[in-house]
Amino acid sequence: MPTSAVTLALQRIAAMVLRYIYLLRSSWTRLLDLIYWPAVQLFVWGFLQLYIAQNSGFFARVSGVFIAAVLMWDILFRGQLGFSVSFLEEMWSRNLGNLMISPLRPIEFVSALMIMSLIRLAIGMLPVTLLAIAFFGFNLFGLGIALAVFFLNLILTSWAVGIVITGVLLRNGMGAENLAWTLMFVLMPLTCIYYPVGVLPEWLQLIAWSLPPTYVFEGMRALLMEHLFRADLMLEAFALNGFYFSLAVIAFLALLESARSAGSLLQSGE
Amino acid sequence: MSSQGDRGAEAFRGLAAALVSSWLPCHMSGSQKLMPMLQVPAIAVDQLVKVYKTTRAVDGISFALRAGSITGLLGGNGAGKTTTIAMILGLLTPTSGSVRVLGAEMPRQRYHVLHRLNFESPYMDLPHRLSVRQNLEIFGRLYAVEGLHERIVSLADELDMMEFLDRPVGKLSAGQKTRVALAKALINSPEVLLLDEPTASLDPDTADWVRGRLEHFRRSRAATVLLASHNMAEVERLCERVIIMKRGRIEDDDTPQHLLVRYGRETLEEVFLDVARGRGQAREAAQ
Repeated sequence: MPTSAVTLALQRIAAMVLRYIYLLRSSWTRLLDLIYWPAVQLFVWGFLQLYIAQNSGFFARVSGVFIAAVLMWDILFRGQLGFSVSFLEEMWSRNLGNLMISPLRPIEFVSALMIMSLIRLAIGMLPVTLLAIAFFGFNLFGLGIALAVFFLNLILTSWAVGIVITGVLLRNGMGAENLAWTLMFVLMPLTCIYYPVGVLPEWLQLIAWSLPPTYVFEGMRALLMEHLFRADLMLEAFALNGFYFSLAVIAFLALLESARSAGSLLQSGE
Repeated sequence: MSSQGDRGAEAFRGLAAALVSSWLPCHMSGSQKLMPMLQVPAIAVDQLVKVYKTTRAVDGISFALRAGSITGLLGGNGAGKTTTIAMILGLLTPTSGSVRVLGAEMPRQRYHVLHRLNFESPYMDLPHRLSVRQNLEIFGRLYAVEGLHERIVSLADELDMMEFLDRPVGKLSAGQKTRVALAKALINSPEVLLLDEPTASLDPDTADWVRGRLEHFRRSRAATVLLASHNMAEVERLCERVIIMKRGRIEDDDTPQHLLVRYGRETLEEVFLDVARGRGQAREAAQ
């Protein structure tokens, strides 16, 4: 019986995921790298929160806000990094040409990168979440269903950014590698991870509200400080994410076509 | 250039081969059987042009490769060989002209045929940390190879890779890596195989061995092979037809024997030097 196109597509996605799992299994340094930095972040912000809580009644009442923020930021940042680094592995190993002449389609490649972003995130974040419970008594999973909504919104943003970076890498080669490591940091001050949007100047608030993670971090603070789940914020975040994700896919396909025209797929150097 | 008569004879042979093969049920895939085989060459390049900003890398070339043939693509650095191959593979969009591979227009219809092609080049690598077996498994899955584990073992046996099948690719010698790259290129038993400098940087013994394996594959699979190379002895030994490119154009296109006779030379290397140094036309004009 002939195999259906969907089955073949799923097989190719599975093949790419397997390729990255083989890579992670072969390199303990890569695995360590996934856990190391989130753990460092957790301890820095966790101890800072303990110190502030000891000296401020307000922060003593809302313990966990900084830790939750740093863990959420890591979902956003590590989600994108997991996506982009998996793609960069192909450029570093000069394997991109082999993939581009294979039956693997761009949408399947992107799907595999999204799955890998989740796997890498799980490897990095699960131990750190347990460390947060052990050292600071903060249980991220205690956020319940809200955590799932926050997570979904953050991961969608991280994928949208990752997809655009991948397109730029395809078009411009390794010269654009730094984008993979730094682009997300542009969002850091604007998405108001550690402070409310109201702190920003009014004109900057407009930009902040155009970014989906801002809604998540505001929603997180509302939940932890006021015990209020802001469904309205989450719906707006989903709508924005849908818009940005579609835009990212369109940009990726345009950059891929441009790379095919400029001959960038032939070389993966600078 | 070959005469009209030669081309007619070649076209007739291609037609006859296509007629015979269209009756053979054997190993052919469903999509291959559906293809109208009578008039479709394995690769058809028509008035192909590629311009990068101000450089014409490929300048209006045309050729057709009969199914089951093996053709050498010769030319100095910057002659346009790799650009041509990239357009055949759908990696590069032509500025104008067309490329059809197994009847599919490239790059627009590339996914109709990519599972029936493959490519090997020393400018591409396989992931170094993965073992040979893992790499072949990944590409076998991407190409939806049936009976993959048996296929890997059979390739390993055929290409003498058994002893390092479970070793990471990064820990292999240059010769072993070439064999692995060849195994990757053969994993899907391609009907069209494109090779860019398949024996570059190999010692003569290993290079000779690789040529032997390529000959064997081509004969057993009746595959169409296009081989870009700087190694004239290699082209002379393997190819039944040679296309010589210079500055993005086809300078000559004939069988190795005819080229030797026409240029009054004993080796293809001498013919190549004549073409590269612009002595080809002068010699023909003098005759």
